[in-house]
Amino acid sequence: MGRWLPERLLRLALVLFSISFLSFGLMRLAGSDVVEQKMENRGEAVSAEAAEEARASLGLDQPFLVQYSVWLKRAAGGDLGRSYVSGQPVAEAFWQRLPNTLRLAFMSVLLTAVLSLPLGILSAVRQNGPVDYAVRVLSFVGNSLPNFVVALLLLYILSLRLGWLPVISDGTGWESAVMPGLTLAIAMGAKYIRQVRTAVLEELSQPYVAGALSRGIPFARLLWGGVLRSAGGTLLTMLALSLGDLLGGAAVVETIFMYGGVGSMAAEAIRMRDYPVVQAYVMMMGGIYALLNLLADLGCRWLDPRIGRGDM
Amino acid sequence: MRLGKSRTASGRVRRWLWILTALTALLLLAVYGAPFICPFDPQGQDLSRSLQPPGKEHILGTDQYGRDVLARVLSGGRVSISSTFLLVAVISVFGSMSGVYCGLRGGWPDRLLMGIAELCLSLPGIILAMAIAAVLNGGVLGAVGALALVSWPKYARLARSRTLALKNSPFIYAVRLAGDTPGQVVRRHLLPNILGTVLVTAILDIGTLLMELAGLSFLGLGAQPPTAEWGSMLSSGRSMLQLYPWLVLGPGLGIFITVVLFSLLGDAMRDCLDVRRVP
Repeated sequence: MGRWLPERLLRLALVLFSISFLSFGLMRLAGSDVVEQKMENRGEAVSAEAAEEARASLGLDQPFLVQYSVWLKRAAGGDLGRSYVSGQPVAEAFWQRLPNTLRLAFMSVLLTAVLSLPLGILSAVRQNGPVDYAVRVLSFVGNSLPNFVVALLLLYILSLRLGWLPVISDGTGWESAVMPGLTLAIAMGAKYIRQVRTAVLEELSQPYVAGALSRGIPFARLLWGGVLRSAGGTLLTMLALSLGDLLGGAAVVETIFMYGGVGSMAAEAIRMRDYPVVQAYVMMMGGIYALLNLLADLGCRWLDPRIGRGDM
Repeated sequence: MRLGKSRTASGRVRRWLWILTALTALLLLAVYGAPFICPFDPQGQDLSRSLQPPGKEHILGTDQYGRDVLARVLSGGRVSISSTFLLVAVISVFGSMSGVYCGLRGGWPDRLLMGIAELCLSLPGIILAMAIAAVLNGGVLGAVGALALVSWPKYARLARSRTLALKNSPFIYAVRLAGDTPGQVVRRHLLPNILGTVLVTAILDIGTLLMELAGLSFLGLGAQPPTAEWGSMLSSGRSMLQLYPWLVLGPGLGIFITVVLFSLLGDAMRDCLDVRRVP
C-alpha cells in the first residue's frame, strides 16, 4: 500500500493532465475560432481588422502552448469560459446540472445491481440449467439493443401503452430519473450479468470450494461468506469500468427523455458546435471517470487483501 | 469414446457456423442488393401516401414524406453496415500492426504507443468519440474516424501480448534455426498465429461498433439527412413514436438483427477456431 497509492495518484494526475490537453487541443482543431463562431451565432458581419482586434484581446494571437497554460490556469480556478450560444459561464451551467446526472447515474447503478447481481449469481449456481439458459438469452438480447432503442421501447410500452410513467420528465425529481435510469440499467445490466456469472463460476471452480463442501460446509454459507466476497473485487471493478459507458450513454438517454443533466447539455452543445461546453464536458467526465477508477481500485484492495501483498 | 463425442460436438459447432454464415450472407445480400430487389426508391417522396401503417404494399409502412420505410431501412443498412465494416477494418489492421511492431521492437516506441493506448483506455471512449466527431464535423466518415481514434488500443494490446507470447516460443526458435529470415518468421509464422484472435475479436466488435456509430448518428454526429441511416432514422422517428411507431420499428429491428447475427457469428467462429488455445 505504501508505494502503491502515490504511484496511482501520480498516474491519475497524468491522466487528468492529458485529458485537459486533449480537450483543449480538440477545440483548436475545430477550424473556426471563438471570434468567427461568435459572429456566426449572432449573425453579425465584422471587418477583418475588428476580428483581429478581438482575437488579440482574447489572447488568440499567442502561441498554442501559451494559450493552453492560460486556459489551464483559469480552468484550475474553476473558470471554464462562456458558452458561445447562451453567454452563460460554462462551469456554472455544469454544476447546476451535474446533480441531475449524478442522480441518474446512482439510479441506474442501483437498478443494474438489483437486476443483474441476483440473476448473474443464480445463472452461475444453476449452470447449464433452464434458468441459466433463460438468463443468458435475456442478457444476449439486452446486449444486442443500443440504449436509444431500449429507451424508445420503454417509452412506447411504459408511457404510451401502459401510461405508468410520464413521457417527458422535468429533470427534477427521482420519478423522472426512473425511465432513463432503467434504460441505462438494461444496457449495463445485460453486460454485467455475464460478468457476474463468469466471476462467480470462476470462483466456484477454485479448490477451496470443493474442499469446504467436502468438509460439510453448507453451500449457501459458502456462497455468501466466501465465494461472493472473493468475487466482490472483480464485480466492483467491472461495475466501475462500465460507468464510463454509463456516462457516455447518459448523453443519449438524457436527450431522449429530455432529462436536464450534463449529458443532454453536451448533446445539445455538440449540435450547436458550442465548443466551450463540449470541452468542459469532456474534461469533467474524463476526470470523474478517472476518479471512479481510482475508487474502484481502492475498493478492490479493501475487499481482497491479497492484492496489496506480494507481487500483484 | 471421448474422442468420438468431441468430434460430433465440433461437427455441430461447424454446422452452426455455416448456418450463421449463410444467414449473414442473406442479410448482406438483402441490404446491398436492395436497389435491385426492392421496388421502392428510398428517397422517392409521395405525399399522398405519407404515414401509412405497415400493410401489403408497404411492408413496414411509409414515413411522413410517403417514402417506403423498408426501402429506407435497407438503404440505411447499407450506410450503417458499410461504415461499421470500414471502422472495424481500420482499427483491426492498424491496431494489430502497431501491436505487432511494439511487441517485436520493444524500447521507446513500444513504451510511447502503449502509453497512448493505456491513456485512451482510461478515458470514457464514447464521450471522447462524441467530442472528436463534433470537431471533425464530417458526417459518417467523421464518426468513423472519431470511433477509430478511441477504439484501436484494444487491438494494439491484443496483438502485442500475442506477439510477446509467441516471440519466445520454441517453434519460433525452431524456424529461425531452420534458416527463416526475421521477415519470413513474421509473415509465415507470427501473423498467421495472431490472425485468428484478431479476426474473432473484429467480428465480435462489429455489433458493438455498429451500435456506437448509430448512437453518434442518433445524436446528429453521423449521417446527415436525407441520407437514410439507422441511427438518424430512429432519431427522426422518435418524435412520432406515439402515432406512427413503425417509423422506429424498422431501423430498430435492423440494428437488432445485425448485432445478433454478428455476435453469434463471432462466438461460433471463436468456438470453431478455438482461438483461446495457446499454440
